[in-house]
Amino acid sequence: MGRLGGAAFMPINYYIFLAIALFCIGVAGVLTRRNAIIIFMCVELMLNAVNLLLVAFSKMHHLALKATNPNAGIDGQLFVFFIMVVAAAEVSVGLAIIAMLYRNTHSVDVNFLNRLKH
Amino acid sequence: MSKFVYLVPLFPLIGFLINGLFRKKLSKSLTGVIGCGAILASFVVSLLIFLEARAPGFEPVIISLFDFIHTGTIDIAFAFQVDQLSVLFLLIITGVGFLIHVYSTSYMHEETGEHFARYFSYLNLFVFSMLLLVLGANYVILFIGWEGVGLCSYLLIGYWFKNIDYGYAARKAFVMNRIGDLGFLIALFWMLSQFGSVNFGEVFAKAPGTSVGVLTGITLLLFVGATGKSAQIPLYTWLPDAMAGPTPVSALIHAATMVTAGIYMIARSNILYTLAPVTQSVVAITGLATAILAATIALKQNDIKKVLAYSTVSQLGYMFLGLGVGAYTGAVFHVMTHAFFKALLFLGAGSVIHALHNEQDIRKMGGLKKYLPITHITFLLACLAIAGIPPFSGFFSKDEILAAAYAKNPLYYVIGVAGAMMTAFYMFRLYASAFLGNFRGAKEQEHHLHESPAAITIPLIILAIGAVAGGFLGIPEVMARDSHWLERFLAPVFSDSTKLATAHTTPASTEWMLMGVSVFLALVASVYAWTRFSKKPDLAEPHGLGKVLQNKWYVDELYDGLIVKPLNAFAKFLNNVVEKSIIDWMVNGVGKAVQYGSRQVRLLQSGQVGAYVLMMVVGMVILFLVQLLRK
Repeated sequence: MGRLGGAAFMPINYYIFLAIALFCIGVAGVLTRRNAIIIFMCVELMLNAVNLLLVAFSKMHHLALKATNPNAGIDGQLFVFFIMVVAAAEVSVGLAIIAMLYRNTHSVDVNFLNRLKH
Repeated sequence: MSKFVYLVPLFPLIGFLINGLFRKKLSKSLTGVIGCGAILASFVVSLLIFLEARAPGFEPVIISLFDFIHTGTIDIAFAFQVDQLSVLFLLIITGVGFLIHVYSTSYMHEETGEHFARYFSYLNLFVFSMLLLVLGANYVILFIGWEGVGLCSYLLIGYWFKNIDYGYAARKAFVMNRIGDLGFLIALFWMLSQFGSVNFGEVFAKAPGTSVGVLTGITLLLFVGATGKSAQIPLYTWLPDAMAGPTPVSALIHAATMVTAGIYMIARSNILYTLAPVTQSVVAITGLATAILAATIALKQNDIKKVLAYSTVSQLGYMFLGLGVGAYTGAVFHVMTHAFFKALLFLGAGSVIHALHNEQDIRKMGGLKKYLPITHITFLLACLAIAGIPPFSGFFSKDEILAAAYAKNPLYYVIGVAGAMMTAFYMFRLYASAFLGNFRGAKEQEHHLHESPAAITIPLIILAIGAVAGGFLGIPEVMARDSHWLERFLAPVFSDSTKLATAHTTPASTEWMLMGVSVFLALVASVYAWTRFSKKPDLAEPHGLGKVLQNKWYVDELYDGLIVKPLNAFAKFLNNVVEKSIIDWMVNGVGKAVQYGSRQVRLLQSGQVGAYVLMMVVGMVILFLVQLLRK
């Protein structure tokens, strides 16, 4: 494996652009797609984009503050765990709801599921 | 005894409360006893205070009950002032008031128990207010009584509330009183700002040092209040309409007491008026003009009470003439004698009306002399008194005013005597039409004619004694040296004014001549009216000037067109345009706007999940932009 040096790190901009791209694709998917399961996948995409960004910034801060405190700046990575847990819980609940909806209406088309109006 | 003066208004107040609150439960006789008893108790206390005040060198006593208004620099106490002027008025109010209360027990006996009690409670409340008026030690307490009598006047004129016309008459009286009260209030505020106080003592002490302009303004405004209360030009038209009330009410309120409130107020403020000669002239001229105007109208009236009403307005004009020429004692003297003979005239008229079962048109009366002897004699004595024929009371008081008027300006005297002639004429026209000649009513009525019961005739007799003998309290200098008891009694009240006023001394021979001329003319007019109207009653429809007089110089129509109709039109405009179109539109518009807004907002809740997500995203973007731009 080639190492780029002891504390080498890609410029943070690369991570930011990637995260933004992922996030925007996720948003576009949520707004545009009709299938409820695809919308879920896009929501996951958004969450993962955020995770990426959090880890990247956490590493950046850690490298900047390493001299003073060996444990500095790892809060971001800890937070990512929380987000993953929440995402997992949300997916389980959401898919359960969609399964029930499908059983009752035989459709996962979001345009069809506008019963909240009443 | 004067420290118990608070009892004098307290008794009628208690009578008002008891008769008013328990009116459904009290029997008629008990109501009468409470009502009359309260006034009798006040009269007794007033008499005792009078005996104390009679002593020469009696200093005014001020009894303060509690602090009424106490803010910043203004300190107005609820205080009573016992001095010669207030004591005299106390006697008149409670004395004549008591007789009228007794009279009312018989006159109003046809009313049901509840309404009978309501009448007496109003009457007691009136006496309470009038007593507050004359006992007040400052202009604010006077004004409380002033307003109270106006209110009771409204309540009593409209006593038979089922008749809407009586209600309109009551409303007219109250509204015209209120117009005058505005003048009084402005004067009150001006006094407060100028003198820092409204206590009589302080105001009168500071008055000589104030500019004439300020005093003229204050006194003119006070006089405006007096024109409303005492029915002078231009606020007199309510009094003839007020005859819609029961006759004892007309006797008490519109003859003996309420209408004299204006004269009391000006007599009390005599130093202010003496220091403002312009206002004095205004008062004198207004009084004289009113006296003449009302006398001309009375010449052609056919309702017995209307003749007496216009006569009251006219006599009040004489009292204001007296005040305007500086004859303060004369004016108060005339108040006293007028209370006797005018109350007597009204009560006698009530006796006649009762006997004829509510007939008030003199064209349908006549020959009542033989059916109502006591009423007849007392009425005749009252007519002689009001015509100013010696030795009856009216002669002394009226002549004192006329002599003082002559000393100020001979023209006042000439016009005054012309009015006195008219007074004699219309009074004897009334007397002859009602009591002499033949009965002109229906035959069935004639069978039922009988003299009124004792509760009515005894007050008539007592008042007649007053009307006959009351004049001897004020015998002028030219007749007997130092016999003017009233002038001596009231001297301390008017002493500041008499010191300032230029002493007009008319020689004794001139005074005798003035008296002689006025008595002679009054006699001529009386005898002429007596003989003419006992032979041939005044039944013909008048034309020309007579028609104008009968229609009261069309003053009511003038006011109606000039003031009432424009005000009603303005009110209608405010109701239809401002109230309905503008204000209602705005208030309803707010409601409509909210409803519209909510309808539009509701459209956001489409139930489409995609739309909700879009809204979330848009909100996020906006927040992001805001944060970005903030930095």
